[in-house]
Amino acid sequence: MVTRQQVKSQVTGPGNRFAPGQTVRVAERPAIGHCRTPWYLRGKTGVVASVQGTFRDPEKLAYHKPGLPRRVLYKVRFEQAAVWDNYRGPAGDHLEADIYEHWLESGSRE
Amino acid sequence: MHHDHDDHDHDDHDHDHKHPHAPPQKDHDTGPVGAYELLEEAVRSLLIDKGVLTAQEIAAQVDLMDSRSPALGAKVVAKAWVDADFKKRLLADTREALREMGIDIGTLADYRTVENVPGIHNVIVCTLCSCYPKLLLGIPPAWYKSLAYRSRVVLDPRGVLEEFGVELPEGTEVRVHDSTADLRYLVLPMRPKGTRGWSEADLASLVTRDCMIGTAVPIVPKGKRKAA
Repeated sequence: MVTRQQVKSQVTGPGNRFAPGQTVRVAERPAIGHCRTPWYLRGKTGVVASVQGTFRDPEKLAYHKPGLPRRVLYKVRFEQAAVWDNYRGPAGDHLEADIYEHWLESGSRE
Repeated sequence: MHHDHDDHDHDDHDHDHKHPHAPPQKDHDTGPVGAYELLEEAVRSLLIDKGVLTAQEIAAQVDLMDSRSPALGAKVVAKAWVDADFKKRLLADTREALREMGIDIGTLADYRTVENVPGIHNVIVCTLCSCYPKLLLGIPPAWYKSLAYRSRVVLDPRGVLEEFGVELPEGTEVRVHDSTADLRYLVLPMRPKGTRGWSEADLASLVTRDCMIGTAVPIVPKGKRKAA
């Protein structure tokens, strides 16, 4: 017997683990196959700028799977100086990228 | 049709002359067929044969894509410049605001609008491939898909903007948006000074494709400036 809640969580995925303003770190791990987490951001720390909604998992969709459960997508804001060692620009410059929840860990700033 | 030999009269054709009989311009598809062309043809035939799509539907989709151009995005920007409520709706829910204007962006990806304001300049890239708001701006320019742009604009956005001729006021933050996932981004540029009272159509003429990618800012031609 599958409960309504289980069906719902299969379709909508879990609730948001992170909230805007929270510090997060992009997991530093390799991916097998299609993946929408750019290499240059893996292991980097940023702040959740907004929750973008839930989407079918591209890592599964790419292989003809339904892409469920859906994944929560976050807009993560990085300080450019935290992404690149020799960033040529002022400290106020930022880079934002859309990162799926299963690629984020809660992070803290040193 | 353009001929290289206008004086070449083919009506009284004798074969004394020595030039080879190749047409002046080759068909674009005379070369060997590539693997992806074959794949596309095979998939397309299968979809049609199995009744998933019709040839007419495919042609209609090609026509729809061809009908999309930066002029459409420019209309949206100009409307946002003259209508503060529309701008609010565009920033809050781009899909719905575009629907109001009769623009359907389909269901493949959702759209976000990022606004340039004094102190923040936005630039769009897709480092992973070439995600682009096609249903609003049309087919992306070749440079947008190039490895050079995709890698350099995240690493050195100010260097890239300089090459595009963008001059930003001192103290402006450059904010790069890497559209890595299911969202497509549109930059809403700032309305330039000296355009008070302009019609939406005149304003739209200032909004180039690059303004909506963030690699340009709208510029009023010298002759058209009005005292504000």
